[in-house]
Amino acid sequence: MATPPKAAEVIDAVWRIESARLIAGLARLVGDVGLAEDLAQDALVAALEQWPAAGTPDNPGAWLMATAKHRAIDHLRRRKMQDTKHEHLGREMDERQGSPEENLADDLDDEVGDNLLSLIFTACHPVLTTDARVALTLRLLGGLTTDEIARAFLVPKSTIQQRIVRAKRTLAAARVPFEVPRGPELAARLESVLEVIYLVFNEGYSATAGVDWVRPALCEDALRLGRILAELAPNQPEVHGLVALMELQASRIHARVSPTGEPILLLDQDRGRWDHLLIGRGLAALTRAEAPGGAYGPYGLQAAIAACHARARTAEETDWTRIVALYDALAQLLPSPVVELNRAVALGMAFGPAAGLELVDSIRDDPALAGYHLLPSVRGDLLAKLGRFGEARAEFARAAAMTQNARERALLQRKAEAL
Amino acid sequence: MKFMTLVKTSETDVQPSPELIDRINKLAEDAVKQGTFVGMGGLGPTATGARARLSKGKITVTDGPFTEAKEIIGGYAIFDVKSKPEALEWTRRFLEAHIGLWEQDLEVEVRQMMDGDPSQGC
Repeated sequence: MATPPKAAEVIDAVWRIESARLIAGLARLVGDVGLAEDLAQDALVAALEQWPAAGTPDNPGAWLMATAKHRAIDHLRRRKMQDTKHEHLGREMDERQGSPEENLADDLDDEVGDNLLSLIFTACHPVLTTDARVALTLRLLGGLTTDEIARAFLVPKSTIQQRIVRAKRTLAAARVPFEVPRGPELAARLESVLEVIYLVFNEGYSATAGVDWVRPALCEDALRLGRILAELAPNQPEVHGLVALMELQASRIHARVSPTGEPILLLDQDRGRWDHLLIGRGLAALTRAEAPGGAYGPYGLQAAIAACHARARTAEETDWTRIVALYDALAQLLPSPVVELNRAVALGMAFGPAAGLELVDSIRDDPALAGYHLLPSVRGDLLAKLGRFGEARAEFARAAAMTQNARERALLQRKAEAL
Repeated sequence: MKFMTLVKTSETDVQPSPELIDRINKLAEDAVKQGTFVGMGGLGPTATGARARLSKGKITVTDGPFTEAKEIIGGYAIFDVKSKPEALEWTRRFLEAHIGLWEQDLEVEVRQMMDGDPSQGC
């Protein structure tokens, strides 16, 4: 039977689509992200009260915007009356010409993109802890509820609630301006934004805790954020680099888990199960990730490495020599023992396990890798290929004891037992 | 989760007006900016297509046009969204864009793509 869609579901969908723009527009007006979100939430509550009885409006997004506008106008009027008490809060009202309604129209209808970009940069502001940036970004830009964020990161709802409340307070206390950073500040601030998005992605792609090895919904959230950012900042090669990297990695997400939830490593995956829509999108994004002059940044390089795998129809066809070269470039840009470890894997594939092991052994005592389970795991693989099974077994057992993820531990234990 | 929306309508020679195309382009642009619009395609007339069919172990091919069909698939769009209602909201907006600018009935089939996720039974 044909029925009109349920109001609660429609409201939920409209909120996901509209909330970021709504909050961004309101934040531009009131200058405070926390207050902007409260105003937007008020509009959502009004929708929940009114739509089930009155029916869903023809243009639900516009309805939410109009309702939030009214709340903002009320708020600004009240604030103006309290100007003497809260001088700094009313500051921008005094600077404005015309009625609050006219200013609102300007603020909310124009420069939607600029507002959204300002919202992203504010949510990822360095004054906040990384955890707070992640929570605030998912909440304000991703349209996720506190509950959803808590479930995604396997922490109590109250923890996320507090994190968000504290983050908003920190932003207000630091008087963080609601704006897109310009000039030399931009690069560092953009790096923070990309880091937050990739962190969300990675938590979904290779969960650091819990029973599931992958949580695809988090990857999808991060991908959407990346795609939004790529539309807002099309001239930043590294944004496309990150999007390319995430699209290409996400293309493999369902092939890297067996029906019973066991991890399947890249070279053992059924490539027919890779998502070719995402591969196509990833390769397309990669072509936009080249800086003028053709160089890649760190995300672009990692995407280019992922692309080598995506282009290989079988594991044997993988261009490991090119992957080694790309890791060489990455190690130059971003010297890190984790990059070296990955470079060692590629070296082992391109030039034999002895070459890989030599590099692994040279970084073995790096304190940054202490407790990093992939070090003994990679070393175990290389040792096994060299026929040194006893040492390999010990390394896999060590790696199994180090990982926090149950699925990964089981995989490593099986590897140790198989030798 | 990804949804494919299949647009069905009766086959007609009527071309969409520039105004309708403009509205749909705006909507698509909006969905791209939201990070949800990940693929689309319009399909040519059935006259340039064919139907291949397996029945009782025999394969037959019939060239287009599919004159007997009441409605045909005119195109598709793929949305990467958080929930089915979100895919439905985009579909509603797509249909709404046609109001006053398109005479024929339109139907959009909204189907979740299985993505090869083992938990989805594929």
